[in-house]
Amino acid sequence: MRKLSWPLWLTSGLLYVFLYAPIVVVIVYSFNSARHGGPWRGFTWQWYATLLDNQDKLAAARNTLVLGGLSTLVSTLLGTGLGYGLSRYQFPGKRFFSFLMYIPVVIPDIVMAVAMLMFYSQVRQWLGFLELGMTTMVLAHVTFQIPFVAIVVRSRMVGMDQSIEEAAHDLGATSLQTFLHVTLPLILPAVVAGGMLAFTLSLDDFVVSFFTTGPGASTLPILIYASVKRGITPDINALSSVIILISVIGTVLPMLLQRPAKHRGDT
Amino acid sequence: MARKARAIEVRFGEQLTFWGQLVRSAFTSGPAIAWVTVLLLVPMLGILLTSVLTRGPYGEIELRFTLENYRRLAGFGLFGFDPQYPFIILRSLVMAAGTTAVCLLAGFPLAFFISALPGRLKQVALTLVVIPFWTNLLIRTYAWQLLLGPDSFLATVAEALHLVEEDAPLYPGTFAVYLGMLCAYLPFLVLPLYTSVEKIDWSIAEAASDLGADGPRVFWHAILPQVMPGVVAGMVLVFIPATGQFVIPDLLGGAKTVMLGNAIQQQYGASRDWPFGAAITLVGMAVVLGGLLLQQRFTRKGGEPGEGML
Repeated sequence: MRKLSWPLWLTSGLLYVFLYAPIVVVIVYSFNSARHGGPWRGFTWQWYATLLDNQDKLAAARNTLVLGGLSTLVSTLLGTGLGYGLSRYQFPGKRFFSFLMYIPVVIPDIVMAVAMLMFYSQVRQWLGFLELGMTTMVLAHVTFQIPFVAIVVRSRMVGMDQSIEEAAHDLGATSLQTFLHVTLPLILPAVVAGGMLAFTLSLDDFVVSFFTTGPGASTLPILIYASVKRGITPDINALSSVIILISVIGTVLPMLLQRPAKHRGDT
Repeated sequence: MARKARAIEVRFGEQLTFWGQLVRSAFTSGPAIAWVTVLLLVPMLGILLTSVLTRGPYGEIELRFTLENYRRLAGFGLFGFDPQYPFIILRSLVMAAGTTAVCLLAGFPLAFFISALPGRLKQVALTLVVIPFWTNLLIRTYAWQLLLGPDSFLATVAEALHLVEEDAPLYPGTFAVYLGMLCAYLPFLVLPLYTSVEKIDWSIAEAASDLGADGPRVFWHAILPQVMPGVVAGMVLVFIPATGQFVIPDLLGGAKTVMLGNAIQQQYGASRDWPFGAAITLVGMAVVLGGLLLQQRFTRKGGEPGEGML
């Protein structure tokens, strides 16, 4: 092991403080009884209590969860299939589609958001359906979630010992039987991890939702953005703290799930 | 190692005929590919088409081909030459490059720090970098409003130390935007960089040192070349999303920090000029593609882009 010099400790320590300062300040302010940010005026739970009375925020919370749940379900199914197929079979255009798969991971989300907004508008104009709202948001979220699920599943497939599958095959199992009874149980941790990742992405998304939503289908990030534009109120800090908590749980859990897979891949 | 993995990857499928593979691909990957094609590839081609169409009097899109949007983007408007948009493009590139530079400066010590920690602590330190990355960017950005606001602790300290002039607050402004950008994109750079730092062959650095090279020279000639794949991957991962960022300049910057993302949002929101917005978006995408091609050139044998993020 190499020696850690003190400037390295100091710089890194400061960087960690820097990364966590915004998160900490939001949580601290959510307990501040002062009405308008600023100095500390004593501890209170009242902003959390007002959240439970606010119909707009409850509706936005419900929308956020429905959007996250639905899109995660669809994207996990499709993404698992994609990850499995790309790592097992050859087909014409595979390189192109592998590249296409990475587009949502690398392009600025505003490009994706704008592309979908215009697409929905054209479909509406020519075919007469796809009003902006929950449906269009779900479609958009699934689109950017699929690649992430596929990447997680695929990396698990690559690290997997294929002789087990071959053995099942040699013993007369069909491809479907092999997949359901051998492969799926083995990649299940990755499927769950990918799904949770997709769910977290959906909860955290602001830009794509902002462009693809319609009247009456606000999500929490959209609501927060609108409030911030008007001037921050303390209950937004409480709301944000709740979202931070959920995101942290949603991040740490998949990591714990993925850990065994990683170790196996190392050996 | 990558080649070996790939060889294992297709062994199972190789027992099947071409058609067998095609049918199975269609059942497994097909639905997702169809989805992404219809809802991403087609809409992105739609941007390309819309950018050469005309905006109607009520903000609708008319099927009249024109290059006017690009002319306007280049600065030739109704009222003669106005470099507003060239400046926005330039500013976006400068701010994205600046963000990348700041992230590199901060990312190097952090990546070396994490990789030098003992086993378990290393995992913890790495996880601690990733957690803020998965908490809502919007929330973290507006938190900087609280942190840099006129009554805040930081503002008071900055004033006491005469770091800022009177009437020139920390926020809103370019400084605040850079802080927000660093906070948002540091993890994007640290993760791939850390992966490269982990693979460093330190005996090369020791050899250089034994042969009389001083610290900076060891770093420049014996360490930096080894971590270049991580540096390039990280730079791309920061530069690309930073170019299209609109939340951070919107919440932390003033009128002087309008970037491509804000310009696009304006055309799709208030101005309702979608063809022009499409043209701006396309220029942004051209930048992205350029960046990706550059990355491909530098890291031929590297992994897939974005892989380091997971």
